[in-house]
Amino acid sequence: MADLGTTYLGLELDHPIISGACPLADTLDGARRLEDAGAAAVVLRSLYEEQLRAEAFATHESLVASTESFPESTTFLPEPDEFILGPDEYLGHLARVHDALDVPVIASLNGAAPGPWLDYAPMMEQAGADALELNIYEVVTDPVDTAELVESRLAEIVREVASRTALPIAVKLAPFYTSFASVAARVEQAGARGLVLFNRFFEPDIDTENIEVAPHLELSSRSELLLRLRWLAIVSGRIDADLAVSGGVHSEIDAVKAVMSGARAVQIVSEPLKGGAHRFGEIRDALNDWLDEHEYESVSQMRGSMNLNRCPDPTAFTRTQYIRMILTWRPQD
Amino acid sequence: MIADTRLVCAAASAAPAKTDRKASPMPDATIATIEGNEAAASVAFRLSEVAAIYPITPSSGMGELADEWAGQGKTNIWGRIPNVTEMQSEGGAAGAVHGAAMAGSLATTFTASQGLLLMIPNMYKLAGELTPFVMHVAARAICTHALSIFGDHSDVMGCRQTGFAMLASASGQEVHDMACVAHAASLESRIPFLHFFDGFRTSHEVSRIAMLSDDDLRAVIDDAAVDEHRRRALTPDRPVVRGTAHNPDTYFQAREACNTYYDACPGIVEKVLDRFAAQTGRQYKLFDYYGDPNADRVIVLMGSGVSTAAETAEELNKRGEKVGVIAVRLYRPFSTEHLARALPSSVKAIAVLDRTKEPGAPAEPLFLDVSAALRQLDDANALPCGEMPRLVAGRYGLASKEFTPAMIKGVFDELAKPEPKREFTVGIVDDVTGLNIDYDPAFEIEPDDVLRAVFYGLGADGTVGANKNTIKIVGTETERHVQGYFEYDSNKSGSWTISHLRFSPRPIRSTYLVRTAQFVACHQFNFLEKRDLLERAAPGATFLLNSPYGPDEVWDHLPREVQDSLIEKKLKFYVIDAATVAEEAGVGRRINTIMQACFFGLSGVLPRDEAIEKIKQAAKKTYGKRGDAVVNANIRAIDAALDHLHEVTVPAKVTATHGRPPVVADAAPDFVKRVTAVIMEGKGDLLPVSAFPVDGTWPTGTSKWGKRSIAASIPIWDESICIQCNKCAMVCPHAAIRAKAYEPGDLAGAPDTFKFTDYKAKDLKGLKFTIQVAPDDCTGCNLCVNVCPSKDKSNPRHKAIDMAPKLDVIDAERPNFDFFLDIPELDRSRVVRLDVKGSQFLTPLMEFSGACAGCGETPYVKLLTQLFGDRTAVANATGCSSIWGGNMPFTPYTTDSCGRGPAWANSLFEDNAEFGLGMRLAIDALGDRAKGSLERLAPQIGDVLVSEILGANQRTEPGITAQRQRVVALREKLANIDNADSHNLNLLADYLVRKTVWLVGGDGWAFDIGYGGLDHVLSMTKDINVLVMDTEVYSNTGGQASKATPIGAAAKFAATGKTTDKKDLGLMALHYGHVYVASVAFGAKDAQTVKALLEADEYDGPSLVIAYSHCIAHGYDLQFGADQQKRAVESGVWPLYRYDPRRVLSGDPPLTIDAPAGKIPVSDYMNSETRFRMIERLDKERFKRFAAEAQHCAESRIAIYKHMAQLRLGEPHPAPAEPRRVPARAASNGKDGE
Repeated sequence: MADLGTTYLGLELDHPIISGACPLADTLDGARRLEDAGAAAVVLRSLYEEQLRAEAFATHESLVASTESFPESTTFLPEPDEFILGPDEYLGHLARVHDALDVPVIASLNGAAPGPWLDYAPMMEQAGADALELNIYEVVTDPVDTAELVESRLAEIVREVASRTALPIAVKLAPFYTSFASVAARVEQAGARGLVLFNRFFEPDIDTENIEVAPHLELSSRSELLLRLRWLAIVSGRIDADLAVSGGVHSEIDAVKAVMSGARAVQIVSEPLKGGAHRFGEIRDALNDWLDEHEYESVSQMRGSMNLNRCPDPTAFTRTQYIRMILTWRPQD
Repeated sequence: MIADTRLVCAAASAAPAKTDRKASPMPDATIATIEGNEAAASVAFRLSEVAAIYPITPSSGMGELADEWAGQGKTNIWGRIPNVTEMQSEGGAAGAVHGAAMAGSLATTFTASQGLLLMIPNMYKLAGELTPFVMHVAARAICTHALSIFGDHSDVMGCRQTGFAMLASASGQEVHDMACVAHAASLESRIPFLHFFDGFRTSHEVSRIAMLSDDDLRAVIDDAAVDEHRRRALTPDRPVVRGTAHNPDTYFQAREACNTYYDACPGIVEKVLDRFAAQTGRQYKLFDYYGDPNADRVIVLMGSGVSTAAETAEELNKRGEKVGVIAVRLYRPFSTEHLARALPSSVKAIAVLDRTKEPGAPAEPLFLDVSAALRQLDDANALPCGEMPRLVAGRYGLASKEFTPAMIKGVFDELAKPEPKREFTVGIVDDVTGLNIDYDPAFEIEPDDVLRAVFYGLGADGTVGANKNTIKIVGTETERHVQGYFEYDSNKSGSWTISHLRFSPRPIRSTYLVRTAQFVACHQFNFLEKRDLLERAAPGATFLLNSPYGPDEVWDHLPREVQDSLIEKKLKFYVIDAATVAEEAGVGRRINTIMQACFFGLSGVLPRDEAIEKIKQAAKKTYGKRGDAVVNANIRAIDAALDHLHEVTVPAKVTATHGRPPVVADAAPDFVKRVTAVIMEGKGDLLPVSAFPVDGTWPTGTSKWGKRSIAASIPIWDESICIQCNKCAMVCPHAAIRAKAYEPGDLAGAPDTFKFTDYKAKDLKGLKFTIQVAPDDCTGCNLCVNVCPSKDKSNPRHKAIDMAPKLDVIDAERPNFDFFLDIPELDRSRVVRLDVKGSQFLTPLMEFSGACAGCGETPYVKLLTQLFGDRTAVANATGCSSIWGGNMPFTPYTTDSCGRGPAWANSLFEDNAEFGLGMRLAIDALGDRAKGSLERLAPQIGDVLVSEILGANQRTEPGITAQRQRVVALREKLANIDNADSHNLNLLADYLVRKTVWLVGGDGWAFDIGYGGLDHVLSMTKDINVLVMDTEVYSNTGGQASKATPIGAAAKFAATGKTTDKKDLGLMALHYGHVYVASVAFGAKDAQTVKALLEADEYDGPSLVIAYSHCIAHGYDLQFGADQQKRAVESGVWPLYRYDPRRVLSGDPPLTIDAPAGKIPVSDYMNSETRFRMIERLDKERFKRFAAEAQHCAESRIAIYKHMAQLRLGEPHPAPAEPRRVPARAASNGKDGE
């Protein structure tokens, strides 16, 4: 039996298959089910600063709307003495999950620009998080926002968080940078202990009947893995940060590819959302079987074996491969 | 025995604690700055085990607090959480507390006005059975010629015959103290107590009071008396019977058996007052005397007027007069002996002032009591003054009419006359019966060291909240005494507020509005154009203006009158652009904390830095539970405020070229100019008696003259992409968007900016079409834009109707709207299809109401008036719809070009169905009488016309039109007939045209307080129509739960979420079988709404239309009201259906479901509203349980309706026809017309 053990962000994991940020761990029971099913670690869903802010203001506006305007109805809704506010609720849940689970619990924080939300990082540390996943998701629309500005902002956020908490930080990134390898290195220099490749985006569709933008979110498919494999392979071995893959892993073969490309942890989300939590155990066991069948001693033995430094044909990850494919492709008869 | 005048507010002079307190029945500080209602509730809650409650202004706050405290697990002084239960009416609450008290618990309730009157039957019982019990009443005017929510003693005086003891409080401190005394004295005397204080003036005044601790309460309550009450409890362990029936031989004697208890009661109250004084240091008496021990003139009164009267007497005595005031505390049982003790022996003349009116009585009740008492004393030679003093009766302060030192001096001056008026009024000009006495309104007594501030704000800008906050900061953080009182406009939203604040080194006894202020703030620049804001500014005062113009520009934008006052009064003038500061800080339109910071910065009431710190602390406390983001935005706003505050150098001369515009247009009718405009200008107090109709009748259609112009942006129509669906006009809550189809020739003389296009549909081919906004009547709610389905295909962000900044378009849109109004309305008979589109070509006969922006009720009523308004009588239950339907100075119900329109009346809350039924019966009777004359005149009129009239089918619009034409022809014939029948028929001929009676109201009426009557009226077969605008809470009184409140919704009286689902009123009604029932939601399916209203009207029998009405109390931006209605329907929470009994006859299932349900989960609907989400903020699991239960309830309901929609009921066996009853007299002599 192969040694599936791995380390990620300094955490000892029994195997690389961990639960990515998703609603499955929104309840204590849900989190317990993930552990019971075999997840080696659990990443909680992100605390969204913008959402908290928007909800706070929406509630505030609802409570003050039309108040103190008419003598018979100076208010319209009761206001309890104590609300459970977004951060409190999250931190309470984090603490409960941490207490209940034996596997590491990774908190997740989502934001785009430096702000008061950065203070949530130490609160998460205090609430018992074993690590922090920083999900930096920004759709830049302003033409004056240059790549340099965007990347500087990213590094600043990482530095700010790192200065506030001793927790190991993994930064979950988007792939859309001109020079991703450079960004990866810069994020690492700013204090990241790990990188998660990649964030998946909410990509709105267009409702042609009503001429509206339609909210749209699809679960990942295996086709998304290829992009991730390429960049895992490129940055693996060039930076020291721990790498995790997120998006497109649906089977043990996908996991093997990710590890071979350099991943220390393999986050899966869509698969248990569709197939149930037991997919963690199934993929873990299948991974074990695959390693056994292929006579690997351990996961670490194959980790990075297919990265840019070690794969038999590194140009396969580069542009030449693209050209060659185009040139050699012929329509089928 | 003369009481120490310093005692009146001795309570409040105790040293303040340095801590603030939360709203709590258990004070954690000895000093609190709270409203009178909280002062009463704090004691009532802690001294009760059972509270049965029901909302009614101005007492609702007491019940709300009690319910909130119980929800938070707060306890009474015995360590138990009182059981606080909302009932279906005040009558129900009285029944519940009667049972609770008889069964041995300590019970209480809170009420006012008509609500108190509903309790009277049980009050007789409680008193007759000598049951200890206390009710706390925020005394309020009674609905007579009109409703008023404001304070006087009309309601409590209506209870003086019940046998309740009546204890009056004059201030917030007294409310707190007397509440305790009432509970203690009731237990010891066995007589139930009605403890009352003046509605609004005391119930809503914020002042600093010394709080009673639990130990204080324990010390005053006699445990033995509590034990005795328990021993008398109705219990099977010691069974007795109560409530027996007596016969003539015994009732009288048994009724007299209680006398000794009433005899003893004053002494017991006195004893309790002494015990209270020993515990707290605050000594009160049954009758307290304030003034010169040797006074020759004395005023006797009770309630909040006492404080002002006492301070005025004190000032007059300083000026050399000898006057005094007797405050009545224990009004019933009336103790002649204690009155005698209070009277100075020197008194020569007494004025007894009543705050109530009893038309036809020789005098008002307090006068009669005092008069009788003095007579008795005189008979017994026990008058302290020897001879009978001159006694005069005065009325003052009805419905919170101002009662000022000037008026009190006027009363003393009147008493000094050789022949004072025996009966008078003070405070008004009675130019009809000449009853009023004169006074010098310029007389003032307020010392300079009392800082007085007046703030003019807009309802939505947070001014009142900020000022309450300021009062609390100063009240709790300094040695100063504080007072806050708040005036509001008559519109539900978008209205002005006036805050009156006082800060004094001494207890404040001025229970009247600030008349001259050292600080005046105007928080909305456009108010300068509306009214004289500097009228109240004292010479040399500070004027703070929220201005979009900086210190160097503002002067040129001020109206002439403002410039004049600034110069003449030598005011210090400051400006701040608070809107910009608010925007930059991220607090939206709420400028409250910014203006508050400026007040502290300028007024010097606290050191500036300390004040800023306190405001920040207050913001953290107020907004902390709403999240850091909200707190931080407010902190930023506070920090930025003083940096943006600038002093303006006031020029020496007036330079303005414009003055304040006239309040109403020149074209307004005389009444509007003479009366409405004066009220609009805030000068309604100046109107004399002769200005008013004698019976409360008011002209319709006056709201069109009150151009409020409150919207920042208004909708603008793009004719090039409009598909002419008229949905924008349909949803407009204020009838501010109009659709018109008209002849091309009508465009002659149109302004260049007037928009029009060809009408597209075939039915009115060749006509032109326009959608026009009423720019000064639109409230900017955005509902129209959200329902508009027409998008520009190249730029879908642009719709056929889009909002535009009003300032950019107002100059064009005003003449456009005027021109639009002048285009002739489309003849009703040309509207062939009465669907959504067609209905909007009919003139709305309810327009420009004072409803909230985005109101979900008004579109239904507006539609109703479009469809049937010219032949509709409306019985309107009290509630939001009666307020936006007829709150002075405006009347939104109006008439068409023929002068016809809805005949509208609001009677009461509890019996609107019966009231409307009465209208139906009258209309039927008059119609029947007209028909009788018509039948008898057939030979002269002609059988053809008569039979056409009598046999006309008037169930549809064309049928109505034809009948109107027949009536015109009939009248022409009648002109040539001269007899009694002809005269009678001429008078009543219009009743031959079918009249529709609509019973309109909210869920509080239909589901709760009026349900019994509604059920009865529905059980009959009369042709009445009921429109229930279901907002699922008591919206008008501030969102208390009703039986229509859905499961899981947070509402007042259900702060942790209602645990049962809403009552299915429609299902209950359709079980009768003969009732037409429809459930509608215009935002989900407007066509079904129109269809249901038409069918209801057409159906010859009772009809019930229950209409989903989104409401500000649901907690979301109402511009999305239609979307949320759609969610309600799609989730199954609000099924759309119509039950038409006529379909039974055709063999069809009578129930039709009009929209599929279950398209989205109920939680999707719940997630969009704060009333549900609030529970999630409290307890996520509880929210989930509610969502699951709500889903189950919705599915169950839908399953029932689906099942019923399959049921064919078979033709009923026809009941034997009722023989037509021929009036006996008509049958005998054929002269019905005589």
